[in-house]
Amino acid sequence: MSRMRAVVAVCFAILLSACASTPGRPYDPFEPSNRVMYAINEPLDKHIAKPIAQAWVDYVPTVVQRAVSNYVNNIDDLFSGINGLLQGKLDKAGNDFGRVLINSGFGLAGLIDIASEAGIPRGMEDFGQTFGYWGIPQGPYLFIPLWGPTTVRDGTGSVLRVLWSPTTEIPDVAIRNVIYGLGAIDLRAQALGATSLIEQASLDPYTFVRRAYLQRREYQVYDGKPPPEKDED
Amino acid sequence: MVVSIRGFSSAALFRVVAACCCAVTATFAFAQEAPDVLVKRVAQDVLTTIRADPKLQAGDQQRIREVIETKLLPNFDFERITALAMGRNWRQATPEQQKQLIDQFRALLVRTYSGALTQYKDQEMDYKPLRADPAATDVTVKTEVMRKGQAPVQIDYGMMKTASGWKIYDVIVGGVSLVTNYRDEFNEQIKNGGVDNLIKTLKAKNQGTSAK
Repeated sequence: MSRMRAVVAVCFAILLSACASTPGRPYDPFEPSNRVMYAINEPLDKHIAKPIAQAWVDYVPTVVQRAVSNYVNNIDDLFSGINGLLQGKLDKAGNDFGRVLINSGFGLAGLIDIASEAGIPRGMEDFGQTFGYWGIPQGPYLFIPLWGPTTVRDGTGSVLRVLWSPTTEIPDVAIRNVIYGLGAIDLRAQALGATSLIEQASLDPYTFVRRAYLQRREYQVYDGKPPPEKDED
Repeated sequence: MVVSIRGFSSAALFRVVAACCCAVTATFAFAQEAPDVLVKRVAQDVLTTIRADPKLQAGDQQRIREVIETKLLPNFDFERITALAMGRNWRQATPEQQKQLIDQFRALLVRTYSGALTQYKDQEMDYKPLRADPAATDVTVKTEVMRKGQAPVQIDYGMMKTASGWKIYDVIVGGVSLVTNYRDEFNEQIKNGGVDNLIKTLKAKNQGTSAK
């Protein structure tokens, strides 16, 4: 397993070092294969992921839904703290580590989000944003079935996030897989509103999702203050 | 010192006059309404309307469209939105094409908003104070939508001062600008068959899903 991880990490590193980017226009050299992936994703999402997420929202008690979200968020907060440090944003990092301590200790391993009740904001930093902060470009855009839009840079960050998650330390494989599964459902459930909006609003959903994703990430890297886009004319 | 004039007290008269003056001032102020004040007024108005109307909450499309047409749309500058989304292609379009583009794009946005509007009924809005030069004619009004148990979503409005008051020309949701997003979409359609292809695609899109 660890060899597998190393291979994945090396692949991403190679892709990352090979990447170049032109700001403004989406950098999508793999567009033809990405579009194939997008086409593969559509029925998978429509007939499997989306119905499961919808059932989760409709039939599972809100308390359980909330607990799963909180568990995932608690781990995100831990990584947000680390990334806050990596970017020298000490206030944010302090908030995030404080949240993790409070929620992991008093909030039953993160199942209850006491820190938010106490008004401590979430930093929402991640590895992709840190790489961006360090000046590493997005690199080629990628669309991964059942995962969604990403780039070489952000994807590398997501892989690190999964590999280094405390969840991997849970010895029981079955429990670990249940946690991964619930986390995935939670993630898809959060996006239910967004996907119906995309269907309604877009002329070509592929282009629409790509631009929305890249804009969103740019905004996050700059903490909500991206440099103004150059006008085309 | 209350002097009675034909059963009217001067104090009462004063109140009537004062009320009239206030009304006139209010109308005047309305025309010059600051952009952030406008956004707050319109958003609150729409939210109150949705919350008070079970038909809207149930998703009655005709009622929703009515609310959008009467309350939201007058505050948007669709010509500007369309021109910005077209980018440099705008000047290549004939006036007739431009008119069709504005109409079709407007219809698409109305449809999209109709689908999304009722999702906002349980949400609280937070309005950020406007930080802009009083003489500015192009500003960004920042708001935040708070959703229970979820991260807040920032919704910013790009607004331009026009002869008929401030008008919205871009909506930026969580950093995703509507105009920028459509620019890619429009470019692609134009690359694959010119402005007419874009008009055709918009029309097909508007007819296709409005039938459901």
